[in-house]
Amino acid sequence: MKVVMAIIKPFKLEEVRDALTGIGVHGLTVTEVKGYGRQKGHTEIYRGAEYAVNFLPKLKIEVAVASDLVKKVIAAITGAAKTGQIGDGKIFVYPIEHAVRIRTGETDADAL
Amino acid sequence: MSSKILMRAGLLALVAALFAIEPALAQEAAKEAAPAAEPAPTLDTGDTAWMLTSTVLVLMMTIPGLALFYGGMVRKKNVLATVTQSFAVTCLMSVLWFLVAYSIAFDENPSEGLNAYFGGFGKALFSGVNMDSLTGTIPEFVFATFQMTFAVITPALILGAVAERMKFSAVLWFTGLWLIFVYAPICHWVWGGGFLSEAGVLDFAGGTVVHINSGIAALVACIILGPRKGYGTTAMAPHNLTFSLIGASLLWVGWFGFNAGSAAASNALAGVAMANTQVATAGAALAWMIAEWIVIKKPSLLGILSGAIAGLVAITPAAGFVAPSGALAIGVIAGVGCYIASVHVKKALGYDDSLDVFGIHGVGGLIGAILTGVFASAMVNAEAAAGASVATQVYGVAATIIYCAVATAVILLIIKAVIGLRVSPQEEEEGLDVALHGESVQ
Repeated sequence: MKVVMAIIKPFKLEEVRDALTGIGVHGLTVTEVKGYGRQKGHTEIYRGAEYAVNFLPKLKIEVAVASDLVKKVIAAITGAAKTGQIGDGKIFVYPIEHAVRIRTGETDADAL
Repeated sequence: MSSKILMRAGLLALVAALFAIEPALAQEAAKEAAPAAEPAPTLDTGDTAWMLTSTVLVLMMTIPGLALFYGGMVRKKNVLATVTQSFAVTCLMSVLWFLVAYSIAFDENPSEGLNAYFGGFGKALFSGVNMDSLTGTIPEFVFATFQMTFAVITPALILGAVAERMKFSAVLWFTGLWLIFVYAPICHWVWGGGFLSEAGVLDFAGGTVVHINSGIAALVACIILGPRKGYGTTAMAPHNLTFSLIGASLLWVGWFGFNAGSAAASNALAGVAMANTQVATAGAALAWMIAEWIVIKKPSLLGILSGAIAGLVAITPAAGFVAPSGALAIGVIAGVGCYIASVHVKKALGYDDSLDVFGIHGVGGLIGAILTGVFASAMVNAEAAAGASVATQVYGVAATIIYCAVATAVILLIIKAVIGLRVSPQEEEEGLDVALHGESVQ
């Protein structure tokens, strides 16, 4: 079992969700986050006062899937979230030690 | 602890003094009412209807107009404190205007010499104002309440300069004392039969009384308080310019009550004031936007809103004296002039006028007051146009600036010595909403 965590542009959420649904992934957690990578920030000017905005709004999505699905999930997210512009985001994959579905008490692969 | 006791004692003394003088005032008012030589003007229902409407419009300028305009421009941690200031000042100024300030502004001082500078106390607590009292063709109750809404917005405007750092108790003491010792006398000078109206200074709706006055007081206040903690080094971006757009739009709409209402009648003068207000404001908003577009490369929302307010301010003294072509010229000049003052001059001089009250109201008021002398039109107001001169306008502006600056500084320094003006650095860091009011916006 793995978590695929992706930082994406906020307006790409619906396309990513559709792509994931298309490959049979039916659960997704979304968090509003701020951060920067190579894109850095931008400058805002209010009545001549310049402020550097270093942290840009992004969405963090997390999907827990069986290990053999990871490549398909990454391909789906990459395909949907890509604009080709700087700031498209990143994907990280890490292992899950244990999973439980709260309602039924099912564990691990059954809980996903 | 001791400062709280002093505050309460001061308040009690003020109330006691007012009640002590009331019987004497009532007698004076009775004496005044006796001679009625000329045929008395009669009540005009059309005029009265328009002035009732105007009064409501001008009140809307402060709450919620100014409150939202300012509230959107501060950081999120200070938004409730900022809108609370506008609301509380509306309440306090209304009561003080009724108690004493209306009388200082509009009662005739029994001493002719003193009447040049401030009115008498004959109308304190609206004494002598009854169901038959008329000011021109409208009930005096309507006139006094209309003027009350001007007395409400003027001190509220100043607070933009000291936003995000002034103690709430100091805000109330400052605006209260400022109304009585600065606004009411200057209002008397210009509109209450004082020396500036005698000199022929033209101020249709309050360029001098409201805008130069609040703008200069704002500059003095932000210098005496000092800049916000971290000014120039930390981000102080407006937290919600959509609020500011709503606020600026309400100010614009309310300003028709301010300017067209200052005709004190439902007639062509009110009509030309309305047309002038719209033309000047639109011209100024575009002028600021274009100036910013050229210099900073982007036309900002805050820029076009600021330009609109600059235009409203600048046309205020001129609204009933100039023709619409003059209004457009005044608007465009004010849009560019206030842009330079708020964006470039402020930066060069380094004072922290947080929401640019001086840059917009002070400078816009100055431009409008002086250009009234240039563009006064015989088509609109033959008598005023014949008497209009730049020199007289400059005289009125200079008298206002000098008295306002000195009196504002004295009031602030007294408050600073007695209860202090600023919140503690910790409270400023935490934000005034939680620190002073125990509330926050999530």
